[in-house]
Amino acid sequence: MHATETLPPPLLALTGFSKSFAGFTALDRVDFTLRAGEIHALLGENGAGKSTLIKAMTGVVARDAGTMTLDGVAITPRSAQDALAAGIATVYQEVNLAPNLSVAQNLFLGRQPTRFGLVREGEMRRRARALLSEFGLSIDVSAPLESYSVAIQHIVAIARAVDQSARVLILDEPTASLDAHEVEVLFAAMRQLAARGIGIVFVTHFLDQVYAICDRITVLRNGRLAGSAPVEELPRLDLVRLMLGRELSEATSRRPPASAGESRADVATFRGVGKAGTIAPFDLSLRAGHVVGLAGLLGSGRTETVRLVFGVDPADCGQAEVDGRRAAIGSPREAMALGFGYCPEERKTEGIVAELTVRENIALALQARRGALSPLSRREQDALAAKFIGLLDIRPPDPERPVGLLSGGNQQKVLLARWLATAPRLLILDEPTRGIDVGAHAEIIGLIRDLCREGMALLVVSSELEELVTYADEVVVLRDRAHVARLSGAEIEVSTILATIAQAPACADAA
Amino acid sequence: MIRSLSRLTPVLATAAVFLAGFVVCSLIYPNFASLRVVMNLLTDNAFLVIVAVGMTFVIISGGIDLSVGSVIGFTTVFLALAIERWGVPPLAAFVLILVICAAFGAAMGAIIQYFELPAFIVTLAGMFLARGVSFLLSTESLPITADLYAHLSEHALRFGAGARLTVPALIMLVVVLAGMVLLHLTRFGANVYALGGSRTAAGLMGINVGRTTVLIYTLSSVLAGLAGIVFSLYTSSGYSLSAVGVELDAIAAVVIGGTLLSGGYGFIFGSFLGVMIQGLIQTYISFDGMLSSWWAKIATGLLLFAFIAFQQLTLHLARRSRRAPAGAHP
Repeated sequence: MHATETLPPPLLALTGFSKSFAGFTALDRVDFTLRAGEIHALLGENGAGKSTLIKAMTGVVARDAGTMTLDGVAITPRSAQDALAAGIATVYQEVNLAPNLSVAQNLFLGRQPTRFGLVREGEMRRRARALLSEFGLSIDVSAPLESYSVAIQHIVAIARAVDQSARVLILDEPTASLDAHEVEVLFAAMRQLAARGIGIVFVTHFLDQVYAICDRITVLRNGRLAGSAPVEELPRLDLVRLMLGRELSEATSRRPPASAGESRADVATFRGVGKAGTIAPFDLSLRAGHVVGLAGLLGSGRTETVRLVFGVDPADCGQAEVDGRRAAIGSPREAMALGFGYCPEERKTEGIVAELTVRENIALALQARRGALSPLSRREQDALAAKFIGLLDIRPPDPERPVGLLSGGNQQKVLLARWLATAPRLLILDEPTRGIDVGAHAEIIGLIRDLCREGMALLVVSSELEELVTYADEVVVLRDRAHVARLSGAEIEVSTILATIAQAPACADAA
Repeated sequence: MIRSLSRLTPVLATAAVFLAGFVVCSLIYPNFASLRVVMNLLTDNAFLVIVAVGMTFVIISGGIDLSVGSVIGFTTVFLALAIERWGVPPLAAFVLILVICAAFGAAMGAIIQYFELPAFIVTLAGMFLARGVSFLLSTESLPITADLYAHLSEHALRFGAGARLTVPALIMLVVVLAGMVLLHLTRFGANVYALGGSRTAAGLMGINVGRTTVLIYTLSSVLAGLAGIVFSLYTSSGYSLSAVGVELDAIAAVVIGGTLLSGGYGFIFGSFLGVMIQGLIQTYISFDGMLSSWWAKIATGLLLFAFIAFQQLTLHLARRSRRAPAGAHP
């Protein structure tokens, strides 16, 4: 069915795509080839460059370098509209349609059939039904779009995009909010389109779906092309390795367990804590001077675990104990009162306040903990800033510089300093080395080790397995929104973690 | 079928309230239930319906237009001066004022769109501007004595027993019908709804959001100008203090008529009924003869509360019933 043997000329070919934002290289000479009738998975962890690649090929951002051909003709779309006109349509995770309009209006908005300036409602509905029936959908097209499930809304968006003469369809995580049945409906539509000769780029982080529907896989890692192969030639373990691991030959130095032997006091223990639809109940115990790492693919439930621990999302079952006493952690405020600190992954949106200075950012969490009634004096703030700028080697060492002007690694240090200023007993780090340059990685890891030695309990989420194995005393492996394994001591090896992540679920997800 | 019924629920509720009110009034005052009362209802509220039609477009698109009352006031003063002092023929004056209003509305729409300012602030400024300019033109009440005015006020479709469908009422009915066609049957109308549903999505779907916004405010101002013409026909005068607060009456009518103030949902016919309900209360008070006319405001206020609560309830129920089968996803 898929003529991979004869290798027809590529429908869409990108060569040497590069893009950097303010010194950070988001895409580094990436090649990508899409054939007609192919469903091509584009995979990678957060920050691997998937979204940037899509934005660059649809003209939403301008590429710095690289060429792009569609059917052998060089094109350079300047906007999403431009790309659509050329035949490249994109459907995002967020359905970009008018929820209040009818399905038919949504399909034909701006190009409704008219006579004497009036929309021919009957004709439009007839065409809408015909269009949707190609996707195996038979629904009331006069009902408002919002009365249908997200899956159907996605198919309407796809039908609209494809009907505007698309040759290439890019689906950016369309399945993220769909249940198993809805995914099937969507897949049927995708197969239908591929059979018609449309090339589909499918971005997802569900590996099962990749193996269920895709013909070819391209993996990006840290803005580079990590590999591209037909799906049959890339078994699960190799795929996960491409996504997470560098070359396995690379030496990974296990540190000697620092706190071996002496069992330190439990800071916090979680038993059966979970939240329906977000993360299955798990046990977790966090000890002073102990680093627990959370490993897993994007969407496996790592961040969700951390959010429950810090009270960002309330758990709906289980119980937490802090210092041997039951504790209800219903909000970040309560977590902070218990001595927890949290550096989120999305530094820009959840962490730093770019407009405020280094000093103000560092003082923020301590101030919040003390309450608005006892403000930190300017002298205390200056002392605090000076202390942490020295301690963490924040550069440039200027406390009055807006944080937005610092490099990624230094922003991360400021964020870390903010929590360290509150002297937490448990510090949660979500992807502490994401998006910072390689030199800064080593510094951050050094910091993690120092903090641990000083008796702080640490919970670290990281996709950088090589880094994780160097500092973690225990690694919890997550898959499909559940904790599936707990590795400690000699079990903590990149290969063990990869193998655990790649294990196919015992039964196909029936849920 | 059930779905389209539920979209119509707010309008049906408004219609039910109007009919119930009419029945109650007729039971209290036997001569209330007459064609004459109905015809007067149409004539007396003609200008308000015309403004409300424009306001419906604006609100469905997710905006608001606070300037319409002032535009009516300005229009009446301008017409009185143009016809009586400057000797402009009435029909030419009509065309002139509509062009001025169109330019005024287009300017407001352009400012809202291209300076990315909230419609509330821009049209509030427009409200002060239009009112201020009408005071500048004249602070007196100016009678209009042109032949056309006398002629038009005599002209009416007569149904006997004093029931007359006057020119203002006829203009109003034409505006309502044209508004319904424009909103419900054209591409422009669909774009108005799309803007109210999601401005970003409308843009991504290739709708020219800027052009549509400018057109919507142009339409609203032109209809306000037309309402001003009708108002001047009705009163045969121009006065800079006329139609103060009419923008709020229009917004109230639109909301009572089932249009969601946050945009995306609503019907022209609902706004028509909304005005009629307000007119009904006014008529009841004049039949009573003892009640202060401020009771009309109190009743309108209570009705507004009731309708907003009702809308929230139906929205809530609709969303819940929609979520239930889709699975418990946050």
